[in-house]
Amino acid sequence: MKKSEHFEAGSKEKIQKGLKGTGKVLVAMALTAMSFAGLAADAKEVNLYTTREPKLILPILEKFTDNTGIKVNTVFVKDGLIERVKAEGDKSPADVLMTVDIGNLLDLVENGVTQPIKSEVLNNAIPANLRGADGNWYTLSVRDRVVYVDKDSDIQSITYEELADPKFKGKFCIRSGQHPYNTALLASMIAHNGEEATEQWLKAVKGNLARKATGGDRDVARDILGGICDIGLANAYYAGQMKTAPEGSDARKWGDAIKVIRPTFQKTGGTFVNISGAAVAKSAPNLDAAVKLLEYLVSDEAQSMYANANFEYPVKKGVKVNPVIESFGELVIDPLPLTEVAKNRKLASQLVDKVGFND
Amino acid sequence: MMAAIVIAAIVFSPVASLFTTALEGGLEHWSHLWETVLPVASWNTLLLLLGVGVLVTCLGTGAAWLVTAYEFPTRKYLGWALLLPLAVPTYIIAFAYLDLWHPLGPLQGFLRFVLDIDSPRGLRLPDIRSLPGAIFLLGFVLYPYVYLSTRLMFLTQAAGMVEAARILGESPFGVVLRVALPLARPAIAVGVSLALLETLNDIGASEFLGVQTLTVAVYTTWVTRSDLGAAAQIALTMLLIVVFLIQVEKKARRRQRYSTIQRMRPMAAYVLKGWKKWLAVILGWIPVVIGFVLPASYLLVEAIKRIDQAGQVSDQILKAAFNTLWIAVVATLITVIAGLVVAWATRRVRESFQGNGSVGWPAKLASLGYAIPGTVLAIGLLVPLRLVDNAIDWITTLADRPVTQLLVLGSIWSLLAAYVIRFLAISVGSIEAGLSRISPSIEQASRLLGYTGSQTLWRVHLPLLRPALASAALLVFVDTMKELPATLLLRPLNFETLATWLYAEASRGTYEEGAIAALLIVVVGLLPVILLAGAQSRRSKGPY
Repeated sequence: MKKSEHFEAGSKEKIQKGLKGTGKVLVAMALTAMSFAGLAADAKEVNLYTTREPKLILPILEKFTDNTGIKVNTVFVKDGLIERVKAEGDKSPADVLMTVDIGNLLDLVENGVTQPIKSEVLNNAIPANLRGADGNWYTLSVRDRVVYVDKDSDIQSITYEELADPKFKGKFCIRSGQHPYNTALLASMIAHNGEEATEQWLKAVKGNLARKATGGDRDVARDILGGICDIGLANAYYAGQMKTAPEGSDARKWGDAIKVIRPTFQKTGGTFVNISGAAVAKSAPNLDAAVKLLEYLVSDEAQSMYANANFEYPVKKGVKVNPVIESFGELVIDPLPLTEVAKNRKLASQLVDKVGFND
Repeated sequence: MMAAIVIAAIVFSPVASLFTTALEGGLEHWSHLWETVLPVASWNTLLLLLGVGVLVTCLGTGAAWLVTAYEFPTRKYLGWALLLPLAVPTYIIAFAYLDLWHPLGPLQGFLRFVLDIDSPRGLRLPDIRSLPGAIFLLGFVLYPYVYLSTRLMFLTQAAGMVEAARILGESPFGVVLRVALPLARPAIAVGVSLALLETLNDIGASEFLGVQTLTVAVYTTWVTRSDLGAAAQIALTMLLIVVFLIQVEKKARRRQRYSTIQRMRPMAAYVLKGWKKWLAVILGWIPVVIGFVLPASYLLVEAIKRIDQAGQVSDQILKAAFNTLWIAVVATLITVIAGLVVAWATRRVRESFQGNGSVGWPAKLASLGYAIPGTVLAIGLLVPLRLVDNAIDWITTLADRPVTQLLVLGSIWSLLAAYVIRFLAISVGSIEAGLSRISPSIEQASRLLGYTGSQTLWRVHLPLLRPALASAALLVFVDTMKELPATLLLRPLNFETLATWLYAEASRGTYEEGAIAALLIVVVGLLPVILLAGAQSRRSKGPY
């Protein structure tokens, strides 16, 4: 909005007088708004917008506050993170943006809501292929997409391609084909085997579905115990959560009903992984604190919490994975760069529509 | 009148903003959609709407008639208990029933026990994650919209005519068919359209139950394919269809007038005897059990398990409950007052055009918000809210008191704006229905006796509108409290409501952890239901 240039000096003065009262009202409004939001201008703060599961990262953020004295204000947004930050524009209070899935992270960068930062700490902790070359985004943890089977199953190893085998007809469970976890896997398969083969694969997998492609990853384990299916695709950390849930809880029963197999792509022998990550917001008002927070998130302490509280793979070399995850066997990460995967994301989503995977 | 125009403009702003976004999107995705999801999604959406529409009409009208026209044991309690499912959000009933009806859940477990089957594999029953499952669940939590409006109609309007029909020898069935149903039609229409709009815009339950609706297609286009322009185009197309359908329904009953100048009093209930009495008890309580008792008990059991494990209820969740309560109260007050202004202005406009149906535009514009899915509305609101901030910026700079922060976008004001815009349709609808029951001749009498227009509103209409205002406030309060998608996107830093708290738990896939929050949502939602029930039963007892 253009400011005062439309006004003559004299009329501007009059308006100024008239507006003094309005100004007071607005200042009062500001104070009200601030008291609700806890936004009082304090240097020792950092504002985090995230789509990540609050329960997982809150303990890490609390540790950060204990260590540094910097308070972390959070808002957990589901969809529309980019749209909100964009609308807030140059006045956005956002300092750090945190999300899951490579596609979502690159979307942040492409929409211009991030800024490049330089940090030796981050560059040393994170392998070069897991961060933006210009410092616009950083991986914080790695998660592999695996197969859950009934604990008594004699399947020892499997490829992603084999899931299309008609022997699994009426036995396969998976969440919505449009979920980023699945579209990213499909995008990767398109890169390996081509669009045509991936479409055939997806069709065949649809034919194997035991129920609608819906729910969450944990539902795969639950439905295996419930006798609805024998095999399904899900992220590995959910198995870690369930298998370590309190004795006697429902989640524990589901976790105990399954075993985890790391599938591989036929071509490369690697397992598909996705990431969670973060970026510094373009107009971050607390830039230093934002960088500090990111650096803390790749510290040994925080990375170990990622591994043990959420059973993910730490992005930092040398930090141990949780023993339960280790028991699933060695993870051989598929060598295809994630940025290549992200390129096929839209195509993957269209394939899901095309074969009517969710119908 | 001016106020109504301003309100309508505010409600229209997110639609205008979506329209701009839609213009930015390309058109190439339409061929993809047309070849793939659109036919299926449209068919699913149609079936879902039809199914839910039929179910809520039967349940809502049937229940309302049963408790109004017949006397049987527990009728007094049933009258308000039938409102209870209002307190259960669709996303909660979806996950509650997924658990209850899962092969590992209590219902199928009990069945297997009775049938003596050991393993879940021995008995495969239909999955709740399906279109019929979605129709069933949505129907049983949304029928109170119809029940509430038709019961009000039966209570206040039907007595004289129903009794006349009975005296003239009409059979009970004939009374329903030829008197009660035609009388209740505007009320049914209001209730059903609210229920259907809620169904259409529901994303939580349909996505959870795996039903591919048009709304899910909008989400996929936007979230998975990052094409907001295209998503806005689909959303606006849906909006056009909705507006068209509402228009058709209104046209169909344009020429009818539904007001009476008789004293409002409840009809004499027909006392049921023998087996009929018990049949009425069973039929009447079924919707309450399915829509409320089962899911609420499930939540209670799960919540007790959690509290047992944790040893306490966390302070944060109590704070979230407090936030939920006060913001819902404030939003309800604003929405009901705005609804009254709009409904009154609409009546004025209509009168000055001699009952021409096409001039009820203030109400129509103001009702747009409810026809858009919550997240889409929130996205549409981002830009207008930012413009308000720009305006504030401009004013405060002129006044030499520049503010450096956003005061509106991402503040409590954003949330209030979203709630009012989204739920204004409910309050306008209820109040318009209430106004339509007040005969113009009452107003004419008041004007002849020397009151001005606003005096008439204050002294004559408001007291008569009390039941309509109460039901509007109830519906808006409960809906605000349950609202999730717009709240998630627009709320300030560190601000949690019960719904966002529940989402936080659910996003990790640990729905059972959210049981305490879900139970609190249901409990907070019960408060106004009980208040309203008290008011209604007081009314139906004494002479009015």
